[in-house]
Amino acid sequence: MSDLETPIAVEIEAVSKVFVDGASLGIVDRFRRQHPRKSVLAVDAVSLSVQRGHIYGVLGANGSGKSTLIRLVSTLLVPDQGRVLVFGHDVVKEEMTVKRLINRVSVEAAFFRVLSPMENLLYAARLYGIDGGVARKRIVEILGQLGIESEKVGEPLQKMSRGMQQKVAIARALLTSPVLLLLDEPTTGLDPRSKREVQQLVLDLRAHHDTTVVLTTHDMDEADRLCDRIAVLHHGRMVADDTPAGLKRVHGATPAATLEDIFMALTGHSIEEEEEAAPVG
Amino acid sequence: MATVIQEVRASYAFVERNINLTRRYWGWEIVFLLYSIVNSLAVTFIGAAMQQITGQKVDTSFLVLYLLIGTLVWSYLSVVFDAISEMITWERWEGTIEYTFMAPVSRGTHMIGTVLFAIVYGIVRTGVILVVVSAFFHVDLSKADLFSSTVLLLVGSISFVGLGIVAAVLPLMFTERGSQMTRVVEAVLLLVSGVYYPVQVLPGWLQVIARISPATYVLEGMRLSLMNGANVPALAGYLIPLLVMGLASIPIGVVVFGWAERAAKRSGTLKRSG
Repeated sequence: MSDLETPIAVEIEAVSKVFVDGASLGIVDRFRRQHPRKSVLAVDAVSLSVQRGHIYGVLGANGSGKSTLIRLVSTLLVPDQGRVLVFGHDVVKEEMTVKRLINRVSVEAAFFRVLSPMENLLYAARLYGIDGGVARKRIVEILGQLGIESEKVGEPLQKMSRGMQQKVAIARALLTSPVLLLLDEPTTGLDPRSKREVQQLVLDLRAHHDTTVVLTTHDMDEADRLCDRIAVLHHGRMVADDTPAGLKRVHGATPAATLEDIFMALTGHSIEEEEEAAPVG
Repeated sequence: MATVIQEVRASYAFVERNINLTRRYWGWEIVFLLYSIVNSLAVTFIGAAMQQITGQKVDTSFLVLYLLIGTLVWSYLSVVFDAISEMITWERWEGTIEYTFMAPVSRGTHMIGTVLFAIVYGIVRTGVILVVVSAFFHVDLSKADLFSSTVLLLVGSISFVGLGIVAAVLPLMFTERGSQMTRVVEAVLLLVSGVYYPVQVLPGWLQVIARISPATYVLEGMRLSLMNGANVPALAGYLIPLLVMGLASIPIGVVVFGWAERAAKRSGTLKRSG
């Protein structure tokens, strides 16, 4: 059985991550600080596994550790404790192998905004070793499938709406044909129509491209609609991990309980209250 | 072989991306180019005016060429240094650093692409400045050995690339002040390297620093080559230190960069700007 035939796409084993306030400061700044440096436990001994071909949701308020978890899987952070495996490859020890298997779409579309979708995606394609000629055709094709007209392909991204930019971000991820796609709040800030289109795209991905998706969101309906399984993070700790139906059955007070009810039952607050209480930045 | 092709493609990704960014930011490019031309002209006019300023007989054409070499070589070296040392700052500012660092590309490939663009961009830009400034002054290159000066500039580029990579580590390690630190490094190089004057006029302690600056060797060698016609063997005393500095600073820079990248991934400062 090859690595990619393993039934487990992502295995997170007792992973913890602490951020120290002021870690980026210089020696003089640190010396001059009046107060001791604060540390934040962003991810606290989280363990989970994602089945190949599943859409796995990570639900939580801002500051709950969702994005940190995604960054740990996408090799952008090194865990302090525990380990993360992607199709059996350790993200720290086999970083380059993992990088070839994944792609990530983050809440903020990370683009060179003065460049056009074509220029940004061509850059991405070359980074992933795709021939320029092949990439150009694929880019027009994928963007067309996402409803971006060919005349927009050469315009600077900064002239596009956020919904359009997010679609280009998803196109960029699709271009590299990742077997694991990490979607970090891909619909946050989108209008209802764009949100719906992106959600449909995620479902199509699973159906037609055999892509495993890890999706973070604080949108309960989105999680309910898309995910095969959902983990709930609260202050860095995983407080539940089940199918949407399983969560409602186990934690719901009534048969008609929604995921919002479940979230309140598990964390003691609604997601809006959690976000208001979450530290800024 | 497939891996090599992939790395070449990836390396070209950075060249093409930077060409596209230069094209899209054309307004700023014109402003910076104009500023550099005016700066070169202003400095060179000091040489042209020296006889009038002092009221004494001065070899004006010598002085003009002396200052012109300084301003053009510095223009080239500083562009190469900036393009490499700011590769992190620039990506942080654009918000793309995480995407680039998540791609399956070795940091060596990333740097090769950045360096290739920096050198070609530096040559083109300095060429434009040379053409414009030459229209204002009579530049006497009758004694120049253009082959040896080209060799010296290429070897000097290697050592400046190494210095740029080492400087690029600063924004990676210090998200708040790193890019300012690279500016300080550049300013010190400008002061001590004899861009507009011989390093012998500097205080003793600054002359010590001048001897570890690759720009000092490039500038002194270029003047010997372009003003006195020194050939490659005659420039050995400049080429050898430059080669040694380049061959030492590039691997050191790459290793330190790798270490800083891992540290940034541990501390979570890869993306944060504060």
